Amino acid sequence: MPEENGPIIEVKDLVVKYGDRTVLDNINFHVNRGETFVILGGSGCGKSTLLKNLVGLMRPHSGHILINGQDITEMTDVERVEVRKKLGMCFQASALFNSMSIGDNVALPLREHTKLEESTIDIMTKIKLELVGLGGFENYLPAELSGGMKKRAGLARAMAMDPEVIFYDEPSAGLDPIVAAGLDALIRKMQSTFNLTSIVVTHEMASVKLIADRVLMLLAGKVVGYGKLEEIEGSEHPFVKQFFDRRPDDESDNRDDYIKSLTGQDDD
Amino acid sequence: MSALTYMFGYTGRVTLNSLYAVARVCVLVQDTAYWAVVQPLRGKGLRLRSAVEHFVEFGFNSLPIVGLICFLIGGIMSMQAVYLLKAFGATQYVANLVGVIAVRELAPLMTAILLTGRSGSAIAAEIGTMKVSEEIDALEVMGLNPTKHLVVPKFIAMVTAIPCLTILGALIMIFGGFAVTVWVVGVEPNVYINNTINAIKIRDFATGFSKSVFFGIVICLVGVYRGFQVEGGAEGVGKMTTSSVVTSIFLIIFVDLIFTYIFFF
Ligand SMILES: Nc1ncnc2c1ncn2[C@@H]1O[C@H](COP(=O)(O)OP(=O)(O)O)[C@@H](O)[C@H]1O
Ligand SMILES: [Mg+2]
Repeated sequence: MPEENGPIIEVKDLVVKYGDRTVLDNINFHVNRGETFVILGGSGCGKSTLLKNLVGLMRPHSGHILINGQDITEMTDVERVEVRKKLGMCFQASALFNSMSIGDNVALPLREHTKLEESTIDIMTKIKLELVGLGGFENYLPAELSGGMKKRAGLARAMAMDPEVIFYDEPSAGLDPIVAAGLDALIRKMQSTFNLTSIVVTHEMASVKLIADRVLMLLAGKVVGYGKLEEIEGSEHPFVKQFFDRRPDDESDNRDDYIKSLTGQDDD
Repeated sequence: MSALTYMFGYTGRVTLNSLYAVARVCVLVQDTAYWAVVQPLRGKGLRLRSAVEHFVEFGFNSLPIVGLICFLIGGIMSMQAVYLLKAFGATQYVANLVGVIAVRELAPLMTAILLTGRSGSAIAAEIGTMKVSEEIDALEVMGLNPTKHLVVPKFIAMVTAIPCLTILGALIMIFGGFAVTVWVVGVEPNVYINNTINAIKIRDFATGFSKSVFFGIVICLVGVYRGFQVEGGAEGVGKMTTSSVVTSIFLIIFVDLIFTYIFFF
């Protein structure tokens, strides 16, 4: 077994490109066991892309990603499947399978990866749904749930295989503040109850302050802040200050600059 | 000079893109074969329940429309044949013409084209939507193979449903011809039935049948391929759905041409 005390995830010199365009440029950080690590940044700065690399859905251009000391960038697809069983992911749009009931969604990984009796799977599904506050919703279809409930169901499904690390892609995006606060509380509960390592991508300052132990801040694919929440809050970096103070960009009268600031790309 | 550069550049890009597409289709075919044949032989389960559900959707639920169209085409074909054969006083041979053409050609082709519109497009739309809503990513993160879970059940359902539909379609088409020739033109029913039976050889059925299996493979793989190609949002799904129908109909007719060339000369 790899070392149990080292960081659970280590990212070294990560570079990710879509075609010729560099979306993540030389990213370095690590995530400690049991902490809530927040990846913060504006829309389109590459947060979802970073998550997709961390769970091995994409192969980076260069660099290394170590999970429990094992380098997933050098693994075959078959080896990755083993590593992924210890990872859970909650997607931005919850990504529930629309043709299946909530219960079947949660039971799917159990049915596919374990040899448990159907009755045991039933009980485990109920427990997971109870955990996220959706007890009794087994037979509902995803389309019958509200946005916040879908995210909870997505979390129950991600928890099905009792993962060590759980990734959340913008858990509170598109939810009203009350429902969003409920999800923040849930993320905290999961982390403290199961000593689960949580990696949360967000741009909601309110939830960062509630849940974060440490923060990685991205701007156009580069790291502009990395450390404990308090350290980041005291940062002198102009973008970090602007982000935390919620100030808009200065009006730009140069069209090219403006387009570049929106797309991170030269207009041609 | 720059026109020449442009031309070479363009040709190069088109060639590269086509080669890339061919390579990806090969990967898809290999992957599907692996999860549909090799893994089940090693005792890893097939998703049979899902395959049965898709069989009902592709096969059973397509029966009304396939039946109706085949019946009408049988009738149309026999009217055209009557027009042609009346001059020779040979209207009883309408049976031979309708029977042979239905079994060898029109029933497989019409069934395939209807299934393209009905099910091939649905496959592309379903997979495309799942891609856009990150459901494919969700499968992969859970360590579940999208080919095994999404493609193989559809593939098995399609290649089994389409020959069944084709045979039923051929019979209904022959019945459509029978209805027009016997009840409208007034040919003796026994004569029509006897002529049909005499005209159609087992070989005709076998080629029509096997041809339809290849059509099914085309419909399914094109739908899947286009579905996985979807990028962006809902408009991407629409674009690739349309494109799956066009590609699939073209390939079906192309496969038909090759098949006919090989087996009938
Ligand atoms: N499949 C893709 N192909 C090309 N570019 C992409 C793709 N996905 C995302 N991008 C681009 O990469 C950048 C980062 O995207 P993303 O990681 O989704 O940002 P975020 O989640 O931070 O909003 C965006 O500018 C986006 O346009
Ligand atoms: Mg995102």
